[in-house]
Amino acid sequence: MLQRDYTTSQLDVLEAEAIHIMREVAAEFERPCLLFSGGKDSIVMLRIAEKAFWPAPIPFPLMHVDTGHNFDEVIEFRDRRVQELGARLIVASVQASIDAGRVVEDTGRRASRNRLQTTTLLDAIEDHEFDAVFGGARRDEEKARAKERVFSFRDDFGQWDPKNQRPELWNLYNARIRKGEHIRVFPLSNWTELDVWDYIRREGIEIPSIYFAHTRKVFERDGMLLPDADVVHRGDDEPLIEAVVRYRTVGDMTCTGAVQSTAATVEEIIEEIAATRITERGATRADDRASEAAMEDRKREGYF
Amino acid sequence: MDILRFATAGSVDDGKSTLIGRLLFDSKAIFEDQLEAVERTSRDRGTEYTDLSLLTDGLRAEREQGITIDVAYRYFATPRRKFIIADTPGHIQYTRNMVTGASTADLAIILIDARKGVLEQSRRHAFLTSLLRVPHLVLAVNKMDLVDYSQERFEEIREEFTAFASKLNIGDLTFIPISALNGDNVVSRSESMPWYNGSSLLHHLENVHIASDRNLVDVRFPVQYVIRPQKATDHAFHDYRGYAGQVAGGVLKPGDEVVHLPSGLATRIASIDTFDGPVEEAFPPMSVTLRFEDDIDISRGDMIARPNNQPQVAQELEAMVCWMGDSVKLAPRSKLTIKHTTRTARALVRDLHYRLDVNTLHRDEEATSLGLNEIGRVSLRVTQPLFVDDYARNRLTGGFILVDEATNGTVGAGMITDVR
Repeated sequence: MLQRDYTTSQLDVLEAEAIHIMREVAAEFERPCLLFSGGKDSIVMLRIAEKAFWPAPIPFPLMHVDTGHNFDEVIEFRDRRVQELGARLIVASVQASIDAGRVVEDTGRRASRNRLQTTTLLDAIEDHEFDAVFGGARRDEEKARAKERVFSFRDDFGQWDPKNQRPELWNLYNARIRKGEHIRVFPLSNWTELDVWDYIRREGIEIPSIYFAHTRKVFERDGMLLPDADVVHRGDDEPLIEAVVRYRTVGDMTCTGAVQSTAATVEEIIEEIAATRITERGATRADDRASEAAMEDRKREGYF
Repeated sequence: MDILRFATAGSVDDGKSTLIGRLLFDSKAIFEDQLEAVERTSRDRGTEYTDLSLLTDGLRAEREQGITIDVAYRYFATPRRKFIIADTPGHIQYTRNMVTGASTADLAIILIDARKGVLEQSRRHAFLTSLLRVPHLVLAVNKMDLVDYSQERFEEIREEFTAFASKLNIGDLTFIPISALNGDNVVSRSESMPWYNGSSLLHHLENVHIASDRNLVDVRFPVQYVIRPQKATDHAFHDYRGYAGQVAGGVLKPGDEVVHLPSGLATRIASIDTFDGPVEEAFPPMSVTLRFEDDIDISRGDMIARPNNQPQVAQELEAMVCWMGDSVKLAPRSKLTIKHTTRTARALVRDLHYRLDVNTLHRDEEATSLGLNEIGRVSLRVTQPLFVDDYARNRLTGGFILVDEATNGTVGAGMITDVR
């Protein structure tokens, strides 16, 4: 008799691990929520949540920290997906934080609401008394993230202390916190950008149209292609050009660059990423270019 | 394509960062912008070579002090496999970090400098690999270029290490002579060492067989979460009651007779459900939902096993504990929270039998406590029965963590021994 081969494919291993993490959170925390931006990582995370609790509905609400500077296509996608699932969506608005005087908006050409999101996020976590917050961050994204735990402890100021993290062994996660503290949970920690795309292909998951090549009016700044939009302050010395582009990451319009690409299908995107020599955040994120440790500094304050 | 998780141990001096950098670079997992950033920083600091440790040491404090603080996870893939590296620092907090990295590793690589041979540190790393039951160990004898690619030197180190390893529990031990700097035997076979007939390191990593390392014999299913839809609108699932979890051992099939613990009641698996439809079998590491033929009261923390193959139901545990707390010590009468599979209880330390010197394997029976990074043999009494196996038989049902009730920090990692 032939011995059955119990080799498990990488996507099945990653999916099983992420489902385990989600169920662990649902079992051990009182008030979890899942950050859903309409970006590819949070879309995959949402599919994992669907799978983890099926046939029951997802047992926690979704939350989007909305800078008010998002792409229309992504907001439309977000709302449609939420409706299909019958999920509850909380929108935490950066504009509301500005109006309430919680944060002060930057001015000038490079003004971005990216950093302001932290205050809005932490206020929302406090208002809703969330004790666990799922994020779609991956360890391959950025070097400060390479050392972050799956269950990442935040003190009552929402801060991350990278030098004082809880050791994480086997598949045993420590969910103990005091009131006012919370845990950021990253079920996709061990996924790479390519794994995310392979999974989107395998599962046939719908994603917002701006991930695919399209014609768009853009202008160049610091080697990045920024979109022509009311909220992006373009100087007279920054001429508009029409280009065929797509987005590799989806975030705030003011700091998310497009890449020149003709990839029109998920298969073509996978081919493109497999051949690329630049990281996802390096190609597209102005927010990480501020300094060598820009991500670590923002994370310490409580950023995603 | 499957996944191999491996841990690397050794200090910067052994060329560990160079080795990892080479694996990542040659498999195109390092990108141009990352390499540019590393080159820029190396230049700014006046380093003559491109310091690849900057790729993994991402935290500000690490860069400032030139040290590695914590386990860093790195990813690369070849057409054959996806790899997850747990890169553990060699000096600071080595025990805590290496135990963490090794807990999920299929394989460990220990680097040895061919000029220096087997050092105290190499023995320590081998011991921890053995304690954590990492199934495969590779001893990479590095810097062969600096000993003229000498077969004699390689054999000397192999003999010395083999003699030491015979005292440990190491399943599969492989020796590979390499030069990480020159790339000898890293990705492809080196022409400088014609006397070496084995695989290159990457070839070994791509081909080492790991599927059978998982326990596929003893059925163990810790119940993690009860799924009851209770949607008034959806009558199809009105009476649905499923028990979700990740298989920790064995192969489960619909129709199999199983036993529920702690009740001891037997039933049969009615179906194994997933979002994508029912499946014909479930085995580690699958996350599934089980339904049973009989209505039994089952909750999180319970265990499903086979009537003729059950874990031990224990409230008194014997274990090797690695202590990771920095402000408190482990001592007799310490009270802690214990998390084992999906069950959480309280534990009382009844006795500390000895503290182990990880360098000499000497047992200090006079020890009265365990401090940070110390390992000892401990007896625990637990407030609720746990469903345990010997750690050597199943890492998932034999491992546990200890949590300090004052700080909520994870302060200990335990490996259960002496299960009947």
